[in-house]
Amino acid sequence: MTRIRGFYLAGERAILGAITVGFVLCFWEGLTRGWWARLLEPALGSGAAAWRISPIFLSSPTAVALTAIRVFATGDIWSDLGVSGLEFLLGFVLAIAVGIPLGLAAGWYRRFCFAIEPFLSALNATPRVALLPLIIIWVGIGIWSKVLVVFLGAVIPICINSLAGVRTTDAKLLRVARSFKAAEGRLFRTIILPSAVPFILTGLRLGVGRAMVGVVVGELYAATAGVGFMITVAGASFQTDKVFVGVAIIALAGVLMIEALSRLERRFETWRPKVGAAT
Amino acid sequence: MPVKLEAQRIRLEYHQPRTGARFLALDGVDLAIMDGEFVSIVGPSGCGKTTFLNVVDGLLPASSGRILLDGKVVTEPGRDRAMVFQDASLLPWRTVLGNVLYGLECQRTRAHSARERAQYFIEMVGLRGFEHHYPHELSGGMQQRVNLARALVMDPQILLMDEPFAALDAQTREVMQEELLEIWRAAKKTVLFITHQINEAIYLSDRVIVFTARPGRVKQSVAIDIERPRKLALKRDPRFLQIEDFVWNLIEDEVKKTMLADRTSRGSAAAGPADSGV
Repeated sequence: MTRIRGFYLAGERAILGAITVGFVLCFWEGLTRGWWARLLEPALGSGAAAWRISPIFLSSPTAVALTAIRVFATGDIWSDLGVSGLEFLLGFVLAIAVGIPLGLAAGWYRRFCFAIEPFLSALNATPRVALLPLIIIWVGIGIWSKVLVVFLGAVIPICINSLAGVRTTDAKLLRVARSFKAAEGRLFRTIILPSAVPFILTGLRLGVGRAMVGVVVGELYAATAGVGFMITVAGASFQTDKVFVGVAIIALAGVLMIEALSRLERRFETWRPKVGAAT
Repeated sequence: MPVKLEAQRIRLEYHQPRTGARFLALDGVDLAIMDGEFVSIVGPSGCGKTTFLNVVDGLLPASSGRILLDGKVVTEPGRDRAMVFQDASLLPWRTVLGNVLYGLECQRTRAHSARERAQYFIEMVGLRGFEHHYPHELSGGMQQRVNLARALVMDPQILLMDEPFAALDAQTREVMQEELLEIWRAAKKTVLFITHQINEAIYLSDRVIVFTARPGRVKQSVAIDIERPRKLALKRDPRFLQIEDFVWNLIEDEVKKTMLADRTSRGSAAAGPADSGV
């Protein structure tokens, strides 16, 4: 008994999570297969029919799984995945290449920050997908419109967090560097940059979420390929299970990337200035 | 013994840009420290002790007056002075060795000799075997040892210590005090030590300087004529207690003045920057 208890406590988070996911999937499967309708019929009579839902509306976990296997086996999905992945990658790399230096520079040079702040705030407040019609006019419906939306989505959190990272550098460490007469360049390299690392990672994590939205919404709006495009086509032709496959792929990719970045962030946690430690 | 460090009528005034108020932190500090001497400054909190140390280090320019080290005027930080900081202030992304090397790197000392020297001082502060540990893996006392080694490795003419043991628990602090005296004897440095703990100041020092309440000035210099080496048991010696009582009486007036000043100025915009300065 104590061994079972120990096993449970060690993996409580995973076990409870798995149980609720299992319940929800089971409930869903039962809805399309009519398990609950049959179960409730003696009690509710004809009203129990409401507990049976057509697969074309809701699909079911098994149907989604089978469809997933099929699309991966036949290779339909690979080209869409490749296109979406490429859009994401190009946009995100571009966002890193622009956002980090821009944020660091804005954190370091006050006047530069004042100069670019209006653009940052305006862009931050605008849902980037609202710019899609414009972007499509400019670069068309190929991958570059999505790359641009991803870039615009991710660059803002990356930039703002890098900026915050520079600003929150521990004053005590700056004093150490000044006392040792560190040159400005060295001070930036040895104090400011490392202490901004945890913030930059936070920015990347937030940027992933925005970038995912950019890819999917961009493809839903106008595209010729990609997972978002696949979802639109499948939805328009009532292939509900295929829509779910697309959604699941996106969810899984997002969760994996965010989890990886969270782990990285935790590794650099000791680099973060201690809040409230300043006297 | 020649004079090592001299402060001549150091005055320091802050301007508060928001209110336009002026705030006098130091009002004519005069001080001379002999070569090899261990001098502590004590005073009520907010009296400008740390500010004064920052001026000596060259981090803060004095409004008037000057600091002379070996007869030369100090205007900016330099390698003839090394600061041991409050709260250790170690770089969390560097190992013990990396932290000790930091000052030398800033001064572009050649890598090979720098490593040897760093190793020497790491051993002096008793951290052999911890060279590759990161600060967060060390206790508070060990972090302070790294802080001390980082200053010693610069081979400064004078060590400036800014309440280095304030954040430690009482037992660790006592042990560190005793060790500091041993290291001081071995390293033969002049030390200017800031603390708000009277018995710490007396135990460590040849001379204790009592600061007045804000604005800071030298109220009195108290020579501690107790032979060395000193053991921790000294703190219960009647002679020690007598000096402690004497110094405490000097400070008590000042503390009361500070409290009174705070009470009368509460709510007004006259409040100045905190004691920790920069």
